[in-house]
Amino acid sequence: MKLFALIGGGVIAHISRLGRASVFLYRVFLGGWQIFTRPSLLVHQIYAVGVLTLTIILVAGLFVGMVLSFQGYNTLVDFGAESSLGLMVALSLTRELGPVLAALLFAGRAGSALTAEIGLMKATQQLAGMEMMAVNPIERVVAPRFFAGFFSLTLLATLFTAVGVAGGHFIGVTVLGVDAGVFWSSMQEGVDFHDDIVSGIVKSIVFGFVVTWIAVFEGYDAVPTAEGVSRATTRTVVNASLAVLALDFILTSLMFGDV
Amino acid sequence: MTQRQAMETWVGVFVVIGLAAFGVLALKVGNLSSADVADAYQIEARFDNIGGLKVRSRVTLSGVRIGRVKEIYVDSNDYRAVVILDIAGRYANLPADSTAVIQTAGILGEQYVALDPGGDESFLKDGDQIMLTQSALVLEDLIGKFLYNKSDSGEGK
Repeated sequence: MKLFALIGGGVIAHISRLGRASVFLYRVFLGGWQIFTRPSLLVHQIYAVGVLTLTIILVAGLFVGMVLSFQGYNTLVDFGAESSLGLMVALSLTRELGPVLAALLFAGRAGSALTAEIGLMKATQQLAGMEMMAVNPIERVVAPRFFAGFFSLTLLATLFTAVGVAGGHFIGVTVLGVDAGVFWSSMQEGVDFHDDIVSGIVKSIVFGFVVTWIAVFEGYDAVPTAEGVSRATTRTVVNASLAVLALDFILTSLMFGDV
Repeated sequence: MTQRQAMETWVGVFVVIGLAAFGVLALKVGNLSSADVADAYQIEARFDNIGGLKVRSRVTLSGVRIGRVKEIYVDSNDYRAVVILDIAGRYANLPADSTAVIQTAGILGEQYVALDPGGDESFLKDGDQIMLTQSALVLEDLIGKFLYNKSDSGEGK
């Protein structure tokens, strides 16, 4: 009997949390018009969320591209197919690694910061103070962060892919001696703008949406204590990463399942 | 104010390089101009079958790359494949009776056009056509021929 009550309680808690998250998202969208009247808020958040994440994205992208090129070359050269190296690197990056790794890094670097910031504002009663002054904290604090994260991750994922291809080119062509023309021609032959690049961008838009949604909601919903904020930050990274991986599987099976 | 301007500048830089990265990705899919063939001139070669030759495949002379394939299409009059080759300007002394052969790097590797210089005293100029060509070796045809010969000799016994 106790066991059932435990399961039931857990399910109800999760569903009510999901409900709160959805209502919260709806209110964020309602407050979204604020970013047009005060674009400086958005610019500030794009700086905090996007520009400051740039370093880790660029460095990670470069190294992922280089490693991919090394490993791909070692495998392909056994079959005399090292001419497909460019294709392999570009397809892996545009379809999967660019959006997914950028989203995971983004969740760790920017998502956790968003949660901690909003959670701390709540813990120090800044959000309540805003409400007292008839300033809607969702419009003023949450919405700019949400849209900034959403927008930044799309650009960051594109940058990750581009830098990764450059890293792959450096290792493949400059270090391992694959012909540059073959590298690019196999890539251009095999990578389709609509099927591969646009699909990758759609993925990164979805990931940006989910990761920032989880981050701002966890911050807003945090228990307003030091421990609550730290737990919320942990939950953001864990839940956002799991959500990205699960969604990636679903999106991949939808986009490439019938290819 | 200056701090705020610096922040706005960084956001601007971020957005611009993000869009530039998108441009690079989009462009790479289309065609990157064949900038690595210096002051190229074009010659034309007609083949019965080009196999797996692609645009931007290599053109070699004695194994050294001297140009790239610029364009491939089918002539609707005689149904032969027309391959336009970009040859670097410093190799302007190819004899007019040179041969173009489509060869394969390794047994499964990419295909390229190998030029074999002839003995003519006049040189190929921009827009000229290579008369002597040899098509790509299609492995399936070869196997088919081999099996056919085999069964022929079997009947003769």
